Amino acid sequence: MSPRTARHLSSVYWALGVGALAFIWVFPLLWALSTSLRAPGELGSQIASLWVSHPSFANFRDAWADAPFVRLYYNTAVVVFGILAVQLITITLAGYAFARMDFAGREVLFRLFLLQLMVAPSSLILPNFVTLRTLGLLNTRLGIMIPYFASAFGMFLLRQAFRSVPRDLEDAAAIDGCSTLQTIWHVFVPLAKPTLVAFSIVSVVYHYNEFLWPLIITDTDRARTVTVGLASFTQSAESGAQWNLVAAGTVIVVLPLLVLFILFQRRFVESFMYSGLKG
Amino acid sequence: MSVASRAALGERVVRARRRGWRAQPYLLLVPSLVFLAMFTYYPVLSSLEMSLYQLSPATHQQHFVGFSNYAALAADPVFSRVLVNSAAFLLGTVPVTIALALFLAVLLARTHALSTAFRTAFFYPTLLPLVGAAAIWLFVYTPGYGLVDVYLRGLVPGGVNYLGDPRYALPAVIALTIWKNAGYYMLFYLAGLQGVALELYETARLEGASAWQQFRAITFPLLAPTTLFVLLIASINAFQSVDQIWVMTGGGPDNATNLLLFYVYQAAFMFFDLGKAAALTVFLLAILMVIAAVSFRLLERRIHYEV
Repeated sequence: MSPRTARHLSSVYWALGVGALAFIWVFPLLWALSTSLRAPGELGSQIASLWVSHPSFANFRDAWADAPFVRLYYNTAVVVFGILAVQLITITLAGYAFARMDFAGREVLFRLFLLQLMVAPSSLILPNFVTLRTLGLLNTRLGIMIPYFASAFGMFLLRQAFRSVPRDLEDAAAIDGCSTLQTIWHVFVPLAKPTLVAFSIVSVVYHYNEFLWPLIITDTDRARTVTVGLASFTQSAESGAQWNLVAAGTVIVVLPLLVLFILFQRRFVESFMYSGLKG
Repeated sequence: MSVASRAALGERVVRARRRGWRAQPYLLLVPSLVFLAMFTYYPVLSSLEMSLYQLSPATHQQHFVGFSNYAALAADPVFSRVLVNSAAFLLGTVPVTIALALFLAVLLARTHALSTAFRTAFFYPTLLPLVGAAAIWLFVYTPGYGLVDVYLRGLVPGGVNYLGDPRYALPAVIALTIWKNAGYYMLFYLAGLQGVALELYETARLEGASAWQQFRAITFPLLAPTTLFVLLIASINAFQSVDQIWVMTGGGPDNATNLLLFYVYQAAFMFFDLGKAAALTVFLLAILMVIAAVSFRLLERRIHYEV
């Protein structure tokens, strides 16, 4: 066997081996998709297969009618983009201060910020719940958002990005009479755009998927997000073994992010990669 | 204005800016600090305080009880069960997920027409909400006609109610968690691999090193910083995500899948025992602090290497 054939063969083995593993990885999702398209009565032994002989959207119609998805989506959208909007302001200002300014207590404050990376809000559900009750923010979207308005992770990413901005540009802005805020806006933000995009993607995905905190804060559909809606929907449908319905509900909830992922695949992968490199 | 005086003016403006207006850096930090103080620092302290009190349900009055909430935890058989479970969950998810992530990254580092598609296949679970993934995996484990029983027939006894059996429930939840996170950590390793010089492998191959020897001598040691970082986030993650427990088992059967954060949730929001929940929160925070302290040490040493 010539070296070329050997290399070719090893490439084929590689593709088959990794491909089999990859197939196992996507199988649960493919199953959920195909089951959601099965006619509601079609159950029994075939339910584990991927083949759908008579595709139907009936499960989606039923799922849509069983849970207030429009309301849930709306709440999630407000929460996710609300958090992001405030975060972008807080992290830009703090990132600039830590990257470019000298002041007493900088090291101590920086470490205090990083504390949030270790003590993520999810471990503080009890005391934060008490705080929100005191503030009268239970059952509100603001209540779901507010613990996330500051982000040590985002501050850290931007600090790294701002540090690499050349001093000369900043000096030129100062000579031209820009205030600090104007300098941040006109010089630093445009140069840190890739970092801001990466942070935004990670933030949106994280908060779209968040479950425990919104669950605790809400006890009506008024402010509930899609993940909370899905969990209670799953609980009732699962008890009746209505797998088609569970699958349809799950697809409805996971689809928005998956579609965005398929459209902007490289951006997503790079953002998540970047979040680790810099974090 | 002459060039020289303009330069002098510029110099002055810049120096003034650098010295800065004293309060300005703090003003830039205030928006973040307000929220950090309200939702990170204050709650840590208030958990400590709440853990020393007991709320009497009849009068809604707080009684100071000293350390008796902690003493009650020490005597609570469910708490010891929860600790054992959390340790098992940590040891069951973290090393396996990291090993798998590294394995996948090494396999997928080569350029091939299918590499991107395969990476996507392993990465997409990262984007699913954990509750959505758990809802799908409920069916994976359904006795009789679930995916495990249908496709692994012969390999598994069959007809076992995995999530309802105390022996299998935690491993079943661990399997889902590994599936969910492996692709995310794989990305960090792929990024790390980009920094490993290809010449190293060429030299190794010329010297007749096998693939495994190359991995042991080059890949693994050079990726140590990545491993450290992934170890940190994976460990913190193991104590902070319990959504799948809520959907799949509710901590059962018989507390077989009850983890620390889930027990906090139960104590606070199902049993309304706030003193106990606060003591549990303090315990959880202590664990997270230990993880943080250890990894800060290690990461700091790593930064010294790089500089």
